[in-house]
Amino acid sequence: MFDLLKARLTHGYQAIPDPLKVAIHPSFPGLAVILGANEEDFDQAEQLCPTKAIGKFSLDMGKCCFCGECSRRFPDTFVFKPDYRMASSSREGLIIKWDKESQTCTKPVVEANAKLRKHFRRSFALRNVSAAGCNACELELGACSNVNFDMGRYGIEVLASPRHADALILTGPVSANMAFALQQTWEAIPEPKALILCGSCAISGGVFAGSEALNREWLNTMQPALFIPGCPAHPLSILHGIMSLLGRQK
Amino acid sequence: MDTNVLNKNPFLILKQPGLMEIADFYTAIRQLSALGYFPLFYFGTSGGELLCGMAKPELPLELLRTAFPDNRQYPSLSTDIPAFHIFERELYEEHGIEAVGHPWLKPLRYPAGAKAQMDDYPFFSSESSALHEVGVGPVHAGVIEPGHFRIICHGETVEHLEIQLGYQHRGVCKLLADGDIRTKMQLAEAIAGDTAIGHGLAYCMAVEALCGVQVSPAIQTVRSIALELERIGMHLADLSALAGDIAYLSGQNFFAALRTTVINSSLAICGSRFGKRWLKPGGVNYGISAEQNKVLRNTLKIAEEQIDNCTKALFADAGVLNRFDSTGSLSLKMVQELNMSGITAKACGYAVDARKDFPIREYADFQPLIQNSGDVYARAKLRNVEIKQSLEMIYFMLSTLPDTKAEDSTVLSAPGADIMAVSVVEGWRGRIVHVIKTAADGSTEQYKVYDPSLHNWFGLALAVRNEGISDFPLCNKSFDLSYCGADL
Repeated sequence: MFDLLKARLTHGYQAIPDPLKVAIHPSFPGLAVILGANEEDFDQAEQLCPTKAIGKFSLDMGKCCFCGECSRRFPDTFVFKPDYRMASSSREGLIIKWDKESQTCTKPVVEANAKLRKHFRRSFALRNVSAAGCNACELELGACSNVNFDMGRYGIEVLASPRHADALILTGPVSANMAFALQQTWEAIPEPKALILCGSCAISGGVFAGSEALNREWLNTMQPALFIPGCPAHPLSILHGIMSLLGRQK
Repeated sequence: MDTNVLNKNPFLILKQPGLMEIADFYTAIRQLSALGYFPLFYFGTSGGELLCGMAKPELPLELLRTAFPDNRQYPSLSTDIPAFHIFERELYEEHGIEAVGHPWLKPLRYPAGAKAQMDDYPFFSSESSALHEVGVGPVHAGVIEPGHFRIICHGETVEHLEIQLGYQHRGVCKLLADGDIRTKMQLAEAIAGDTAIGHGLAYCMAVEALCGVQVSPAIQTVRSIALELERIGMHLADLSALAGDIAYLSGQNFFAALRTTVINSSLAICGSRFGKRWLKPGGVNYGISAEQNKVLRNTLKIAEEQIDNCTKALFADAGVLNRFDSTGSLSLKMVQELNMSGITAKACGYAVDARKDFPIREYADFQPLIQNSGDVYARAKLRNVEIKQSLEMIYFMLSTLPDTKAEDSTVLSAPGADIMAVSVVEGWRGRIVHVIKTAADGSTEQYKVYDPSLHNWFGLALAVRNEGISDFPLCNKSFDLSYCGADL
């Protein structure tokens, strides 16, 4: 009994006071920013990029595995800011593009979804399907509910039954062997419902894109409400994305 | 064997041994097995050959090679050496080579294009009206990887568990073998995201051997620190989950918070809580500066104090002991026979650990820790003492580590042609083996990845027999095996 009390006392208060505004360590590679349209840098980075996320003159965060190779080699062109506000409500929005006129790059935006806000503003239940996820996104999604990030404080929870869920949050590139189970789980969730893609694998296949063992056919016919990039997606990115989708975060 | 062989971990095979007659091949395997060797790998190549690597701690790797048997049949090794049972299932699925007499030669992964379909899985079943079956998954109740469990119960008691794999199959080995082997770091890290360092390091070591490169001692130390840090982080995650499974919620929260502290210190160095992007073939992307060294040591020292407080409370709680003690037991004989490793094996008193058996520099004096009861308690307690052991190792390594930078890494030349490299790493789950074989033009002919889970899954199936079905989640968590680690 005294051992437990001692552990509880030294444990202290672990919750991050405001996970939507907290600063993250400067070494975190988050929001991608393009600093200029140096053709040579782009040419070489295009060759270098393991997930073919770089084009002229853009960087697709939905494909990016955040290995940081481009930013280490060409720091004057590519930067990953320590900013976890990376999610987007459109696939297109994840593609960071250089704008010649304004000499700046685009930024992903999560538009609040009026329908989801109306139904789920105060209570939002997620059902996760891991479809060939490497267990990194899964662990980060699990961490959202832990004592530090404590997603439950906002009324957002991950639960077991699709029948009780309001959204399906997908992790992993969708293996052929999981395609059917994924679709079935989606169908088991009552309307209204939303599909959230968590991590670069779910969004684009990530480092597994192009493997013949994947089957993204069904997924490609869907219209996800939210795209959360990362390899894996950071719990703060997940929280910020979902809260923005529900219109609870500007 | 050729004298040019680099016969320490990673192993480099410059000249392959000659093709043996098929009968001699199997006789040799049986003889080595009788001498205490265990199989590191056994697979068929695209060139129609069977390759088997037999290992014994502190002895050279024995590589055996033969052509595919004429009628694609041979008498099964599993009947007398059960360690081969999973290799033979894989061989059957990938090349249609039948191990005659294998107790149950069913598919393993159901890869794309295979004849066998997931829906036709040949489950063991019983006609008895006294028994019922419980199916769980592939979509589980928690946030975890998919897999299917079919449990045959007599009342509340588990008679038999069958684990259907294949849902996580992404064709990893094929992707790894496609293109320049030096550019596969990100893929290697995603073999199992919770073991990004373990599999990443195994990949780096094998590729460096192929390219004839040795990294500097300081770089090697940074990598070993990363490996031990990953072990501490995941052991804490497991202690948290074990506590959660028995509704010991204080423990669940204590250990989860401690894990956050530990993995955030990995983020502070390389930007990833999982150690992704830290390593690269030839070295590291991020070194440890003198300042980071100090911060890491202080963070871990503070965490250690709290780990001690929390584990003391956990293992003093009668309710916890009641659930952990004598639940899901395995015997020493089982884990030895079935080639298990890691927590699963060491919790049964089997002192198998790649850090001792296939040591690299940092682990010269390493002695594996064991527990003997083989139950959930042993697996939990072992995680506790391994955390302490890894912390001690990290403190020591940090104390000797000079200020290191990414620039201390080595540039890789092209891999050698027609050679083979084998690397062995003790990840937090157990023994990870990577095998790379290059073709005559230096391209990758074959890449094989072995996660300890490949062997250890069967341990779970054995451990739950005669347990209450309500203890299944607890048993499962105490093993915490990976599906994707072996691309299952």
